Amino acid sequence: MAEVNTQRLLETAERLRAEIGTELHDRLSEAIYADAARIAERAVVRAGEERRLSWDILLDRLLTSRAFGFPIMLLLLTATFWITIAGANVPSALLGQLTQVTLYGWLHQAANAVNAPWWLSGLLIDGVYLAMAWVFSVMLPPMAIFFPLFTLLEDFGYLPRVAFNLDRLFKRAGAHGKQSLTMMMGWGCNAAGVVSTRIIDSPRERLIAILTNNFSICNGRWPTLILMGTIFIGATAPPALASFYAAASVVTVAVLGIVFTLLVSAFLSRTWLRGEASHFSLELPPYRPPRILQTLYTSLIDRTLIVLKRAMIMAAPAGAVIWLISNVTIGGTSVAGHLVALLNPIGLLIGLNGVILLAYIVAIPANEIIIPTILMLTLNLARSSLAQQGVMLEMEDGQIYEVLTRHGGWTLLTAVNLMLFSLLHNPCSTTLLTIWQETRSRRWTAVAALLPLTIGFGATLLTATIARLMGWA
Amino acid sequence: MADTNRTIASTETAACGSCTRCSTGPLTRLGVHIGSWDFVIALAGNPNTGKSTLFNALTGLRQHVGNWPGKTVARAEGGLTFNEKRYKLIDLPGTYSLLSASADEEVARDFLLFGRPDVTIVVTDATCLERNLGLVLQVLEITDRVVIALNLMDEARRRGIEVDARSLSRDLGVPVVPTAARRGAGIRELLSAVEEVALGAYPARRRHLRYTDRALETAVRSLIAQIEALFPGLPNAEWVALRLLEGDESILRAVQDGTLGKLAQGGAPAGAAPLEAN
Repeated sequence: MAEVNTQRLLETAERLRAEIGTELHDRLSEAIYADAARIAERAVVRAGEERRLSWDILLDRLLTSRAFGFPIMLLLLTATFWITIAGANVPSALLGQLTQVTLYGWLHQAANAVNAPWWLSGLLIDGVYLAMAWVFSVMLPPMAIFFPLFTLLEDFGYLPRVAFNLDRLFKRAGAHGKQSLTMMMGWGCNAAGVVSTRIIDSPRERLIAILTNNFSICNGRWPTLILMGTIFIGATAPPALASFYAAASVVTVAVLGIVFTLLVSAFLSRTWLRGEASHFSLELPPYRPPRILQTLYTSLIDRTLIVLKRAMIMAAPAGAVIWLISNVTIGGTSVAGHLVALLNPIGLLIGLNGVILLAYIVAIPANEIIIPTILMLTLNLARSSLAQQGVMLEMEDGQIYEVLTRHGGWTLLTAVNLMLFSLLHNPCSTTLLTIWQETRSRRWTAVAALLPLTIGFGATLLTATIARLMGWA
Repeated sequence: MADTNRTIASTETAACGSCTRCSTGPLTRLGVHIGSWDFVIALAGNPNTGKSTLFNALTGLRQHVGNWPGKTVARAEGGLTFNEKRYKLIDLPGTYSLLSASADEEVARDFLLFGRPDVTIVVTDATCLERNLGLVLQVLEITDRVVIALNLMDEARRRGIEVDARSLSRDLGVPVVPTAARRGAGIRELLSAVEEVALGAYPARRRHLRYTDRALETAVRSLIAQIEALFPGLPNAEWVALRLLEGDESILRAVQDGTLGKLAQGGAPAGAAPLEAN
């Protein structure tokens, strides 16, 4: 009975719809906005004629101007990273000394005092603890400086201006202008960036935004870039300019990420995801004086500590895995040794090495643990090969550069290509899961993982080949 | 961490100490530990009007707030106690309209319609009221259990814009409360108004659309009659009639699969609607 009536209602509605015409939707919208205008007219009193503060307008003209928009963006980004790198150097070294030498020594003494079996103290101290200690000392100082600075820029209202500047480029790439916003969301976390693509109406453009979000450097990857920039790129510069070189190299990779976002978007919108670019209006919010103390507090507590916590949680099991594969031997060589030997040919071909590739496999759950994994694997492998020659390798005093160059055989090319590969590889498993949840498509999730990985192998192979041909490496 | 329970004494700001109106009943921010609740409040509004800031001020949560539109795309939930009533607060994605063109608009609209919040706070930007009123009017078509938060009043004042909250309240038929969420100003007044609406103590006046088109008016009237006969007790028959006339896919579906019917029978209690927005 009810069903019959429902059917009749729908039929009536359809008949009436035909009578009234199709432009009803627009007519209703117009009526609503006319009503809104009338009500606002009565309620709002303006003291002056100008709607926005004059310096707001002036600042907007400057920050979004064709001539100065991009240079200012690069300048602000470089300044942010310069402050981060210059400020994080000393605390990072101190924390490294504290956690990896002092505390590490105490833990081993304590383990000896209670006669803990070697495999237990190895697994817990040399595996789990050391991985967490590396994450802590490598990530905490730069993040504690970078996040508040970035949040201040965000709070002030600068990000929508960046979006405004990039909008033209996204249009030209056949993508949605709002993708610039989702891209910046990805600069924090790619999983969050993928979820934020919900603001894009058209499924085609939304998919492009999802597939390219990985080209935004995320929380987990900034520390890798900052560290590589600091100890390898900065080292090539005169000491006074070291931090600037380092910052410039990090910004270069971030900008390269934007370039890849645009290129891949253009490629997708001309091949598998063809269609018209849709229009939207981007609101430039007023500049608001940043609340410095509150920003410091929330970005330290919410962002830094939450990201650090996630990294530490991921580091603990990874540390155990690293210790196990380094200490379980098959035919006299550790499992890690076998795996590294297996991956070395490909790794060296693309200017990386087997350890780095193995680290990227171990670190699929979180990019945060790449550096600690690389360092621990390098050290463990060096230890066991030296031990076979009867030499005990003592833990160096936190000198990452020494460990990597002397025991890992790293060159400048390795560092540059690691920075490139950090930008261009598969998203972490959390992001992949999010992509699957948002698209409900195994195919697009696979594309999201394989596309950047392919580009990454291509790009690093290219730089490695050039470097070899030029005789640099 | 983010779930701190904090009881805010009535001396939170200097102005609050001397104010008799708000010294009744402390506000307790419950963070994510809501437990059971008496009322569900939805928080709607245009993007970048300070919705998330208000959400944080009300719940004591520290959802990340950014000065850019489109930051909140999923639904966030939190809780608070005010005058011994427990409220569950749901922060909807910021939208310019409820025409359901995109996923975030649909999340907001579906929750207002099917989630049936006891009160909806529409957060508006006092510095550009006219544009914000579009959404307000659309929300009012769905429900009259609404409180308008006239936010960013401090910024408006700095720019020499004055908004007459009483005139606005008279025109809209619902309470309008000036706030400056960044400083926590007006929060208690806002909650008092929410309480009044939740308890049904506020004499809300339903706004009716004025039709200039005779044929349209007749069509709407005849559809309303059928809808009310079919779904007695449905609170927004006029809105549904208009969507049917527009051929709105998701409403047509709701009529067909009986979702609308359930809504009319009182349906699920507010907030417990099986609506997943992730």
